[in-house]
Amino acid sequence: MKKFKFKILILSFFLLLTSIVPSLGAGSGGDLLKVDWSFKGLTGKFDRASLQRGFQVYKEVCSSCHSMQYLSYRNLGESGGPEFSEQEVKAIAASIEIEDGPDSQGEMFTRPGRPADKFKSPYPNVNASIAANGGAYPPDMSVLVKARPGGSNYIYSVLMGYEEPPAGMILDEGVYYNKYMIGNKIKMSSPLSEDIVEYTDGTQATIDQMAKDVTTFLTWAAEPELEERHRTGVKVIIYLILLTTLVYLSMKKIWSRVDTEV
Amino acid sequence: MSDHEYKPKSKLGKWFNDRLPLLTLGAHLTDYPTPKNLNYWWTFGGILTFCLLTQIITGIVLAMHYVAHADLAFASVEHIMRDVNYGWLIRYIHSNGASMFFLAVYIHIFRSLFYGSYKSPREVIWIIGLMIYLLMMAAAFMGYVLPWGQMSFWGATVITNLFSAIPLVGDSITTWLWGAYSVDNPTLNRFFSLHYLIPFLILGLVVLHIWALHVPGNNNPVGIDIKKPSKDTVPFHPYITIKDAFALLMFMIIFAGFVFFSPNVLGHSDNYIPANPLVTPAHIVPEWYLLPFYAILRSVPDKLGGVILMFGAIFILFVLPWLDTSKVRSAVFRPIYRQFYWIFVLDVLMLGYMGAMPAEGIYLVLARVGTIYYFLHFIVVLPVVGLLEKTDPIPMSISEPVLTGGADPSLARKDNEKI
Amino acid sequence: MSKEEKKVNRRDFLFTASYTIGAVGLGAVVWPLVDQMNPDKAQQALATTEVDISQVEPGNSITVLWRGKPVFLKRRTQEEISEARAVSLTDLPDPQKDEERVKEGKDEWLVMLGVCTHLGCVPLKDKGDFNGWFCPCHGSHYDVSGRIRKGPAPKNMEIPKFEFVDSNTIKIG
Repeated sequence: MKKFKFKILILSFFLLLTSIVPSLGAGSGGDLLKVDWSFKGLTGKFDRASLQRGFQVYKEVCSSCHSMQYLSYRNLGESGGPEFSEQEVKAIAASIEIEDGPDSQGEMFTRPGRPADKFKSPYPNVNASIAANGGAYPPDMSVLVKARPGGSNYIYSVLMGYEEPPAGMILDEGVYYNKYMIGNKIKMSSPLSEDIVEYTDGTQATIDQMAKDVTTFLTWAAEPELEERHRTGVKVIIYLILLTTLVYLSMKKIWSRVDTEV
Repeated sequence: MSDHEYKPKSKLGKWFNDRLPLLTLGAHLTDYPTPKNLNYWWTFGGILTFCLLTQIITGIVLAMHYVAHADLAFASVEHIMRDVNYGWLIRYIHSNGASMFFLAVYIHIFRSLFYGSYKSPREVIWIIGLMIYLLMMAAAFMGYVLPWGQMSFWGATVITNLFSAIPLVGDSITTWLWGAYSVDNPTLNRFFSLHYLIPFLILGLVVLHIWALHVPGNNNPVGIDIKKPSKDTVPFHPYITIKDAFALLMFMIIFAGFVFFSPNVLGHSDNYIPANPLVTPAHIVPEWYLLPFYAILRSVPDKLGGVILMFGAIFILFVLPWLDTSKVRSAVFRPIYRQFYWIFVLDVLMLGYMGAMPAEGIYLVLARVGTIYYFLHFIVVLPVVGLLEKTDPIPMSISEPVLTGGADPSLARKDNEKI
Repeated sequence: MSKEEKKVNRRDFLFTASYTIGAVGLGAVVWPLVDQMNPDKAQQALATTEVDISQVEPGNSITVLWRGKPVFLKRRTQEEISEARAVSLTDLPDPQKDEERVKEGKDEWLVMLGVCTHLGCVPLKDKGDFNGWFCPCHGSHYDVSGRIRKGPAPKNMEIPKFEFVDSNTIKIG
């Protein structure tokens, strides 16, 4: 029994650790708004419709300033994501012009996008992006959800966190107050407003709805393997528990010889 | 290793074994007499071997896709995560595997501290073990730089800058380490090369570590010498192999929990921001397993002093067998030392926590207290307690307390009898 | 020692089950380590390529890169097609009718991997004794249907999977 006491001690220390550790990274932005995301938890999955709406928000609102350079258009059709149809993916890709080349004359040229292409960035490089945005770089969004403490809740909170600054706070030109942004100051004005997007599936585009949808989309963009990871994880843990049980019983059987020998 | 009378069963086996006695080695490992009273704290050696092999295999596979160039490294890791078949799985196993590796090594080390496994005649095993630990830290530090995120870059900057504290040659050494005038592409390239190399150095040391162990044989919870083989020992296979397998599987469940359900909780979100030499993160922190040393480093206001103390904290472990004056090995029979042991554990945990906090205010005060106590434990507590402590009576053999229904003082070893 | 114990303790179902389940797990672990070396999703996405053929005049050809290799797309004249079809199969080291190497109704278009079947060099167009291609590495001659006629190459140049998306576009792969 004594041996197990130590194992339980360690296990509980570990569980304690995993519960404090996430909060260790919490920013100065105060307690975040929390959403009961469909993708959280051991068997979490993305809401397909929300992903598609979220992509629409990204495309129509965010993509003019924020790149997503590690995603390819074909990702939009792969399983575990928005799962647009092959035609829809082709159409989305073809709706933008991609620079390609050089051709046989040595010239660069543009052509309609293809599913294999990476998402087109709004600016040719980071410096151009900073110059066009008042000295602040709109971060690439490919892994943004993983790059902020609080993850999805943080992104959602910032989108919902635009408020009047507290009394006495002077803000520079082009700087806005945000309740949840680390440091409380952000150089992006509130990007979402009521009905700024007309959802193709007819859902009412409230700020809250768009914030949830685009956050869901960004979470998928950062972790496209999430559903497969959860699925595989459940199978692996069940398998390990099964094997552990068999090995435990084998161990007891083998060791039973020792006590009788004495 | 004792001379073996193992005779291979087949003619081919005999032919081969005469030329390279691998089968004899196999028989030695199978029959190796192991104390039968080992508890689960002894399973971590096997677990560590599993961790090392896991890191090597996943690491070699990752190296097939990773690009060690400052302009491409971050993107190549994303390529692994998104495009390479099972790339996300192999990457998360490798990153979380490093944490699991250190979790296991700390348990393994603290087992040795409690049961006196570092004491004579096992000093060399202990020293080799520390060398392995040092190499692990070097490999882990360099591995963390490879994704070229903000923490990769700035962690590398902070730690390599420490070398400039060395008088006279410090700056030259630092520039030499960098291969440039700051952490840059040459640094990344050479870190990749060394990160690939070190695990194989570790593998070699592990072989020596186990070889050195097999000379005196394993220590055991009671800390007494035992005859091998005897009724106090069991052959390594199947008794210890099955027990190690069980412990390993439990360990793998925790490992899988991290990999599949919380793969980034032990890391830092800033490392998903590509490295930017112009922007310093608000709080530069190393991975959790390096935090206690980070706290010690920052508790000294002087740069060189901090470096000396940080390395000193590791090097003092090398002389531990000679600092601990107690003739009794296991803390089971050392009631005073046992208290100090747990205080030391708390001290290390506290230092770890402080390492994650900004080095100011109460955090800095506690880090300093923790640092001072850390050294006091080795330099003052161990020698003094070893000399003055009245230890509990030690049994004559492992089986004896079980057979006689309890520790019978008359059966106990006398103080002047050798352990 | 343990040998006698094994004779005494029969291989129980428990041990067999443990080994078996363990082996299954081991196999499951090996697969990702092997599969990661297979072409990844980005490679697979580039597995097909679409080519605009609207600018190619009869008698001319273009070369595109597909899966890392050159593909010749030649628009043959009627003369060239007739020439190809007039060849007797017994004259061919690798007998194959021209009709089998093109799409029905689109006989003008010869789409083939521009890789010599001898040792992999890229043959030169409009060269050689048979009005087709000539490989300078070891002197293989191909005709206007891309078939080997003379030289060490054993087979005709390979025809990849392709189709006409529309009259101006060919999709290869």
